[in-house]
Amino acid sequence: MWEGSLNGERTMDFELSDEQRLLQDSVSRLMADRYSFEQRKGYLKTPEGFSAALWSQYADLGLLGLPFAEEYGGFGGGAQEIMLVMQAFGRALTLEPYLATVVLGGAALRHGGSDRQKAAILPAIAEGSMKLAFAHSERQARYDLTDVLTTAKRSGGGWVLDGSKSVVVHGEAADKLVLSARTSGDRYDEHGITLFLVDAAAPGVARRGYATRDEQRAADIALSNVAVSDADVLGEVGQGLAIVQRVVEAGIAATAAECVGAMEAMHSMTLEYSKTREQFGKPIGSYQVVQHRLADMFMTMEQGRSMAMLATMMVDQPDADERARKIAMAKVGVGQAGRYVSQSAIQMHGGIGMTEEYAVGHYFRRCMAIERLFGDPAYYLQKLAA
Amino acid sequence: MDLRFTPEETAFREEVRAFIRDNLPTDIRDRMRLGHGPRKEDTVRWQRILNKKGWAGLSWPKEWGGPGWTAIQKMIFLEENQVAPAPELSSFNITMIGPVLIQFGTEEQKKRFLPRAANLDDWWCQGFSEPGAGSDLASLKTAAKLDGDHYVVNGQKIWTSTAHHADWCFLLVRTNPQAAKRQEGISFLLVDMKTPGITVRPIISIDGSHHLNEVFFDDVKVPVNMRVYQENKGWDVAKFLLGNERTGIARLGKSKERVKAAKAMAAQVNANGRPLIEDAAFRQRIAQLEVDMQALEITQYRVVSAYDKAKGNGRPDPLSSVLKVKGTELLQATTELAMDVAGPLSMPVWAEELAAMNEPDDMLEAASASTGSYLFLRAASIYGGTNEIQKNILTKAVLGL
Repeated sequence: MWEGSLNGERTMDFELSDEQRLLQDSVSRLMADRYSFEQRKGYLKTPEGFSAALWSQYADLGLLGLPFAEEYGGFGGGAQEIMLVMQAFGRALTLEPYLATVVLGGAALRHGGSDRQKAAILPAIAEGSMKLAFAHSERQARYDLTDVLTTAKRSGGGWVLDGSKSVVVHGEAADKLVLSARTSGDRYDEHGITLFLVDAAAPGVARRGYATRDEQRAADIALSNVAVSDADVLGEVGQGLAIVQRVVEAGIAATAAECVGAMEAMHSMTLEYSKTREQFGKPIGSYQVVQHRLADMFMTMEQGRSMAMLATMMVDQPDADERARKIAMAKVGVGQAGRYVSQSAIQMHGGIGMTEEYAVGHYFRRCMAIERLFGDPAYYLQKLAA
Repeated sequence: MDLRFTPEETAFREEVRAFIRDNLPTDIRDRMRLGHGPRKEDTVRWQRILNKKGWAGLSWPKEWGGPGWTAIQKMIFLEENQVAPAPELSSFNITMIGPVLIQFGTEEQKKRFLPRAANLDDWWCQGFSEPGAGSDLASLKTAAKLDGDHYVVNGQKIWTSTAHHADWCFLLVRTNPQAAKRQEGISFLLVDMKTPGITVRPIISIDGSHHLNEVFFDDVKVPVNMRVYQENKGWDVAKFLLGNERTGIARLGKSKERVKAAKAMAAQVNANGRPLIEDAAFRQRIAQLEVDMQALEITQYRVVSAYDKAKGNGRPDPLSSVLKVKGTELLQATTELAMDVAGPLSMPVWAEELAAMNEPDDMLEAASASTGSYLFLRAASIYGGTNEIQKNILTKAVLGL
C-alpha cells in the first residue's frame, strides 16, 4: 500500500493510495459543503463553540473511528490517514474536538488502554457518543511533561485525585478525561506519573471553560477529592509518562498536518489577493517585492510540509530516541514555518488582514495556538541541543 | 507514501559507502578532510575510478555508460560522495554536456564526446555568461557568423569556471542578431579550447583561488558539425541544460559534511574555559541547521521521487528552485558555521609561507580552509541562476503571477 515500484525495485514513495485519495476527497467535499467561513461563524455562536451536527457527520463518514482497530468499530487507519484529515481540517479551520478526542484520547487508549477499556470507549467515540480530553498540563509546568503536581492517593480499593489541570483543549466538551496524576515521586520525577480515565461529571471535578485566542474551547479543571477505581487506571501505575509522550507525539504530528492545511489556505488567499488588489494602477502581485515574499512563503510552506510528513512517518517508529528526535525536529520546522507564513500573509494583505471579518487573521491565530501546543520551537531546539 | 528507505536502497547506500571507503585515494581524502577543494588531478583521478566502476554517468542511459540508477539512488550516491568527502563529479561533463548530447547531439557527437566526458579525458567548461548577460542570459552578444563549413566566433565570456583547465567549451553564441525575439537567434556550439584566437584570463576570487576566468574569442573558427541541434535553436538546448537534473543542486551532503567538520573542530577549541561543543548557544545553532537540513532532505526526496515516478520524462519540477535556494542558503550557513568555530584561526591564509614555517598543523590548515569555503560559497546564491532568479521562476511556474 505504501511502497511504489520502479523497474521492479521498490523505492521511497510519496504518493497516496486510492483509499487515501478517497478519504481526502470525501473530507474535502464535506468541508467545502459545510465549512465556509460564514458557516463557521454560525458554529462559533453555539454554546459548545463547534457544530454538533458535523460531529455526527464525522461519525457517519467514519472519521471518528478512523485510527481504531475494526474490532472496536474503527477503520484501522494510521498516522497517514490522520494527517490527511487534519490537513483538510486545517484548511477549513474546524472547531470540533477531533484532536482532543480521536487523536489524543485515541493515542492514550492505543498505548495504555486494556482490552476492556478500549471496548468500553473506542466504539462510543467512533459512533460519536463520547468525547475525550487530554488533561495533563498544569499551570506551573509550561512545556515540561514531567512537571506533575496533581496527586492520586490510595484510598480503600481505589484512588483519590486532588490538584488542577490548565488549558485543557476541549476539556469542557469532554465526557471523559485522560488525566495524569502523581502516584509517587516528586515534581519532575519521570517515574510515578499515572494516567486515569476520569468521568468528567464525577463529583469533585470542577471545569471552567473559556475561549482561546484561536476560537477553540479549553478548560481549567480542578480536582478535589475525586474518587476513581483501579479499573480506571490507564496503563501501569507509575508508568504514565511513556504513554503521555506517545500521546504528545501523535498530537504533534496531527497538528503539524493541520498547520500545513492552514498554511495552504493562507498562501492561496494571499496569492489570490495579490492578483486582485490594485495599487498605483497595477495588481500588487505584479511587483517583484511582493512576488518574492510569496515565493518565500511557498518555499517555507513546502519545507513545513516535508516536516509534517516526517512527523507522520515517525509516529509509529519503534526506536523511541529516534522517534523523539525526529518529531522534535518536525515540531521546530513546522512551528517556524507556520509563524513565517502567517505573519507574511497578514503583511501582504495589509490592513484587511488585520480585521476580524477576514479569514487570514483566524488562520494566523490557529497557527499561533498550534505552535504553542505541546511545546514551542525554542523548547524543542533546546531539547535537540541538549 | 513511505519516507523510509527500502531495504534495497539501504543496501545500495552501504555499497556506495564501502566502495568510496575502499577506493578513494588516501592523499585526496586527507586533503578534502581538511576542507580543501579538490585539485584538478584529484577530480580527474577520482572520476576515472568511478567511471571504471560504471558510476560516473549518474543519470545517463546504460547505452552510454550510465549506471541505470533511479533518481533516489543517484541522490544517495551524491550524498555519500560529498559526505566522504570525495571530489564531486565534473558537473559540466556529467550533468550538463552529457545529457545535452544524449538529448540533442548527433550520433557522431555522442560517440566522439560521451565516453571521453564520462572518463574526464575531456574537461568541459560552460561558456554562457557575458559581461552584459548575467541573470539576463538571453541578451548575450558573442557572435558567430557562418562562413562555408565553419562559424567564426567573436566576443567575450566571463565567470567561466575552470576554463583554464578545460579542453572543450560548450558555448552559447548569437547566430541571428535580427531575430524577432532575442531567444530565437542563439546557437549552441562545441569549441576546442586549443583553437587559435581563444584567450583565457584568470579572475581571482575573494577566497584567493583561481576558479573563474574571462574567455575572449577573436575570429575563432568552429566547424559547423560542432553545432548542437539546429541553428538559432540553441536556447532550447540551454533551457534543457539549466532545467535538467537540478535535483543534485541542493548539495546537501556538502552541508552535512561541513557541519560534521564544524562539530569536530568545536570539540577541540575552547569557549569560556570549556569546549565550544558544550556551549548551549552553539549547540542550538547546530540544532537549527540540522532541522533545516532535515526539512530540505525530505523536500529533496519528494522532488526526486516525483522525478522517478515520471520516469525522467517529466518537465523540470519547479520545486527544484526550492532546492536551489534552500540548499545554497544551507551551504552558506554551514560554511559560515565552520568558519565561526575556527575563531581567530580562521584568519591566516594557509599558503606556502605558513606551511613552510610550521610543523604540520591540521587544525590551522582546516581553520584556514573553512574560511576559503565560506568565501568561495558566497557565490552559491549567485551561480546556477541567482536565488532571486529562482524566486522569479517560482513566481511564474508555481504562483502563476
